[in-house]
Amino acid sequence: MSESANAVEARIAANLRRRYRAERRFKAYGLVAVTLSLLFVVFLFTTIISKGYSGFRQTYVQLEVEYTPDRVDPEGRRAPADLAEGDYLAVIKAALRAQFPEVTERSELRKLYGLLSQSAEQDLRKRVVADPALVGQSERVWVLARDSVDQYAKGQVSRAVPEEERAVSDQEMGWIDALTASHRLEKRFNWRFFSSGDSREPEQAGVLGAVKGSFYTLLVTIVLSFPIGVAAAVYLEEFAVRNRFTDVIEVNINNLAAVPSIVFGLLGLAMFIQFFGLPRSAPLVGGLVLTLMTLPTIIITSRSALKAVPPSIREAALGMGASRVQAVSHHVLPLAMPGMLTGAIIGMARALGESAPLLMIGMVAFVADVPTGVTSAATVLPVQVYLWSSSPEPAFVERTSAAIMVLLGFLLAMNALAVLLRNRFERRW
Amino acid sequence: MSTSMEHQNAQGGATSAGASASAPGALETSTVGVLTVDNPVVSARHVNVFYGAKQAIRDVSLDIAANAVIALIGPSGCGKSTFLRSINRMNDTIPHARITGEITLDGRDIYDRSQDVVQLRARIGMVFQKPNPFPKSIYENVAYGPRIHGLATARPDLDEIVQTSLKKAGLWDEVKDRLDQSGTGLSGGQQQRLCIARAIAVDPEVILMDEPCSALDPIATARVEDLIDELRQNYTIVIVTHNMQQAARVSQRTAYFHLGDLIEVGPTNEIFTNPRHRLTEDYITGRFG
Repeated sequence: MSESANAVEARIAANLRRRYRAERRFKAYGLVAVTLSLLFVVFLFTTIISKGYSGFRQTYVQLEVEYTPDRVDPEGRRAPADLAEGDYLAVIKAALRAQFPEVTERSELRKLYGLLSQSAEQDLRKRVVADPALVGQSERVWVLARDSVDQYAKGQVSRAVPEEERAVSDQEMGWIDALTASHRLEKRFNWRFFSSGDSREPEQAGVLGAVKGSFYTLLVTIVLSFPIGVAAAVYLEEFAVRNRFTDVIEVNINNLAAVPSIVFGLLGLAMFIQFFGLPRSAPLVGGLVLTLMTLPTIIITSRSALKAVPPSIREAALGMGASRVQAVSHHVLPLAMPGMLTGAIIGMARALGESAPLLMIGMVAFVADVPTGVTSAATVLPVQVYLWSSSPEPAFVERTSAAIMVLLGFLLAMNALAVLLRNRFERRW
Repeated sequence: MSTSMEHQNAQGGATSAGASASAPGALETSTVGVLTVDNPVVSARHVNVFYGAKQAIRDVSLDIAANAVIALIGPSGCGKSTFLRSINRMNDTIPHARITGEITLDGRDIYDRSQDVVQLRARIGMVFQKPNPFPKSIYENVAYGPRIHGLATARPDLDEIVQTSLKKAGLWDEVKDRLDQSGTGLSGGQQQRLCIARAIAVDPEVILMDEPCSALDPIATARVEDLIDELRQNYTIVIVTHNMQQAARVSQRTAYFHLGDLIEVGPTNEIFTNPRHRLTEDYITGRFG
């Protein structure tokens, strides 16, 4: 008896070792998978950040400018209209000539003037128009350097490369080094990146236009998709009778969630632009297209949020003599709302990162102006990333990564908000 | 066997009905015992309920007397909860549920086209098996019914109703200092008494209770049972219970359901001491169920 018991025990023990081994192996697989995915994330972030962080700093050159009245205000009236007409390029040129008196040849002078961004002239104009007392005065101002100067100052241009193959010549390098040595060339925080729209000149290009375009697009999307999605979910979950018709609707909603987003773009092009004649490249149309795309997600998450509300709550309300609408609006909906909002935010985050459908409706155009409403031409952050990534200027590389960082920042913030909502308001029964 | 039983039962029904003024001997049914009472608040006649193709209760006729407690007992799936839920039309919320026959409240057919279901449920309150207070404050739980039915809009009136209801439910002393706290934070027994307070806040005629103590511990159960006994003075109570001692303690009449049939009805002490139907006896003595 005891012998056979011992035999059983021995067999179990032998098995046990194998079972534990399998368990350890399984754990190891999991660990490897987690480590790998973490590594990919780390790799992604390090490449983006290492390429993009320099985009948040920009090179400026200090000039000793003199706003001589004959250049800035030849009429002598100090009227804003006159001041806006002044020849600020001449002011800049004079300042540069004063700084580098040894440069006299015309072609060399043109190269010298080319160290500065075209925006320098505009910046001076704005300063003087804003403050007419500057006329006749001298001041030291920091003006934007051109993108190739910026690249050299950031160490992106190597002297080892033959002169004809690089954007900065030896002579220009000499000037830049001289400016740096006299502390007249400095890298400063790149406010312009956040305060201006797109530009052909990398040093002037910023993400504000794309950020506002994304904002207007998402505004249209949330305003349309959340109420429609919640209403559809409430109807399907709380009021609709179960029959073949509602089954078909349900299957189709689930299928819509899996439709490639570019198809929605084509639909938007055919329907909103060609049929309804809405403007091209407008956040309004972008928002409509993204509404179509996010509606299934919002409906599905809202329905599961409604399903999570225990039936006892509905019974309690109905048993008190509440009508079905009252039971839903007083009790079920408030309890499901955090879940619905979480779903909506996740849907919005997806919509924010979407570019393909927006390409179809013309939001890929070069738009230098910052959009002012839902009907002005605009682009969105991911499309801006796409546009810059295909630009030839090397200075756009860091801007692409910087724009990705801005986009990721928004996405992370939205996901964090969703998690916060879920943790703060989620109830368990 | 069954036919003789029916015969005997029909006679029994007739003799008792003879004492009451209403329709002597008119009721033909297979149920043993006295179905009718002198002053029925609710009376059901030949009620059948179907869930799709499945019939949940068969030809149930029963009167429910005012200011008394009637217990519905029987094994699981016997149809007692279905019958209870057809009294305030909660079965309407179940898809494919269908009912035939007649149920009247104070003589009016509750399934009549002119009967508004919201109004009906205001007059027939319900307490569920699992305590289900709204995840709102204790005050809001009790004030909800009066508010949606427009019984009170001014704050002092509402305060008054909340206080009286909680007092009637024996909960006032325990919660009077924390009316603004969530109803779900109370203990199970307190939650169930809160649900009772919520039900009586709209001053219904009938209170339906679906196994109100099955989720409670013995002490909380005893408190709720005492409460039911007190409420009897003002309300008509129909209680479904699995606990036969509870039926014996709180009810004056008992109805025994079996597989969708109403087998036997009678005064509680008679049902428990001298059941007339074999199935009732088997159930009472614990042979099944």
